Amino acid sequence: MSTLAADKPGRPWAPLMSRLFAVACGACMLFCLALLGALLYKIFGFGWDRLNTAFITGKPSFMPAKSGILVPLVGSLYLIGLTAAIAVPVGVGAAVYLEEYAPLSRWRTIIQTNIANLAGVPSIVYGILGLGLFVRTIGLGRSVVAGALTMSLVVLPIVILSAQEALRAVPGTIRQASYALGATRWQTIWYQLLPASLPGILTGVILSLSRALGEAAPLVAIGVATVVRQVPENLFTDEFTALPLQIFYWTDMPDEAFHEAAAAAIIVLLTVLIGMNALAVFLRYKFGKRIQW
Amino acid sequence: MAITARTTAPLMRGSESAPVGRDQMSETLSSQPPVRPPAMRTEAGAKPRTAAEINKLPKKVTATDVNFFYGEHQALHGINLGVPEHHVTALIGPSGCGKSTFLRCLNRMNDMIEGTRVEGTILLDDQDIYRPRTDVVELRKRVGMVFQKSNPFPKTIYENVAYGPRVAGVRKREVLNEIVEKCLIQSALFDEVKDRLDTSALQLSGGQQQRLCIARALATGPDVLLMDEPASALDPKSTARVEDLIFELKHTYTIVIVTHNMQQAARVSDQTAFFYEGHLVEAGPTNELFTKPKEKQTEEYITGRFG
Repeated sequence: MSTLAADKPGRPWAPLMSRLFAVACGACMLFCLALLGALLYKIFGFGWDRLNTAFITGKPSFMPAKSGILVPLVGSLYLIGLTAAIAVPVGVGAAVYLEEYAPLSRWRTIIQTNIANLAGVPSIVYGILGLGLFVRTIGLGRSVVAGALTMSLVVLPIVILSAQEALRAVPGTIRQASYALGATRWQTIWYQLLPASLPGILTGVILSLSRALGEAAPLVAIGVATVVRQVPENLFTDEFTALPLQIFYWTDMPDEAFHEAAAAAIIVLLTVLIGMNALAVFLRYKFGKRIQW
Repeated sequence: MAITARTTAPLMRGSESAPVGRDQMSETLSSQPPVRPPAMRTEAGAKPRTAAEINKLPKKVTATDVNFFYGEHQALHGINLGVPEHHVTALIGPSGCGKSTFLRCLNRMNDMIEGTRVEGTILLDDQDIYRPRTDVVELRKRVGMVFQKSNPFPKTIYENVAYGPRVAGVRKREVLNEIVEKCLIQSALFDEVKDRLDTSALQLSGGQQQRLCIARALATGPDVLLMDEPASALDPKSTARVEDLIFELKHTYTIVIVTHNMQQAARVSDQTAFFYEGHLVEAGPTNELFTKPKEKQTEEYITGRFG
């Protein structure tokens, strides 16, 4: 029975170390929580009073008290919607090709490695590419479409990687069963693999779109305006702006009242982000609960 | 010995004719719970007894000089085997002997693995399934397959069975309903699931899932059913149900089954083929192969001296 005693001979420090490690990990968690709490406290304390319907529906103004975020809010939603419409089909299609069609070869390895590397490229680099390609060469100007195409570049690698991950998580036995029943490759992908990997794909898509929602750098690089008076009506020609740019612009102003407006805009941005993440959790739960391998 | 007596008689004789292997043999047998109900044993008596009888039967599948390569590695060496129609052929042998590879040649599932190559001919009726421009999709509808581990789709029970006809282009609900019901009845699952066809197939027990996979394979209307160790992941009771099912199904289908369990081969099959290191060592009527194996390797394997 002596081996079960807490004070084992030879390693008297083991129980203490175990406790210390738990305490250290807890401290790390508390540190993160405290930082987040401080940030939220500051922002809410600063911007909460500024947040009202007039602020949400207001147009920009040189008077801080009259400024609103309707134009950048709508701009951001257009931007994200269009980015999703571009990046999801292209990204999932590329992932399906790489996972289900591409033969194992050196080329595939090279492409795969490059996609993983692209996911780590700073977003400003994509902004510069977007400026040269979409804004100037194709001549889309500083429109929502140009912004969405640029944002698609930012999120595509992440969408591809997460979709590949989700497809890879579908057991090979499902593919075999489908082929053995006389299904073609296309039918196997469409009826079995995509539905089974949908929760994983959706999670990756929504998380990458959340990132795109908060990105300012690529938009700055393609020269998106910070003060736009009207909600864009033509997505190909009209100028637009987005929430992160508006926040950036306001925090740069000397007038303290604009900082309050920036804090209020941050609350709106965070609300949209939390909403998107909640959607991701919901979709994962809704589609995922039936699928347990 | 009481336990051994409950399995098929031929096996007992097999152990008697192999004096050294008797101990191992009875050990192997007693480790397998006796599951066959008495009714089945009487039917087993109707099996073809001699090689001549087997040879006279019409062949559904005929493999001639089949070589198979995984890249450089040759996994099958000149396999010649005829599969008689409406009978059960068991493929036995130690792990890695090529029996599953051979099984997967019969519906060209090996095509899915990159870098594989087949030589020789495999006739289904009188058509070579490896001739150029074979419709592999059509082939797989005629040669169904059940896998070792039950692998239902993460869909409803109904959708699992209806999947084969659906991808073949059946759209009418009444036709699908009929097929689903028929196949579930054939696979002896209908009574257990008829009230919950719209619930997930993943909620079924392991044995039920495997019978669902058999129903799913039947739904494409195949002539041949390939089974890759269909009962190896099941408990004895579910195994017995699957074996009963094989007995029922062989009246309608031609069945090729890979098994590690020699009692199972003896119980369910009419013809047995013994594979070793990529070669077909011996094939013959199950009764004969287990009682009077011609090759020494076969005898050593079935008496449990290796493998």
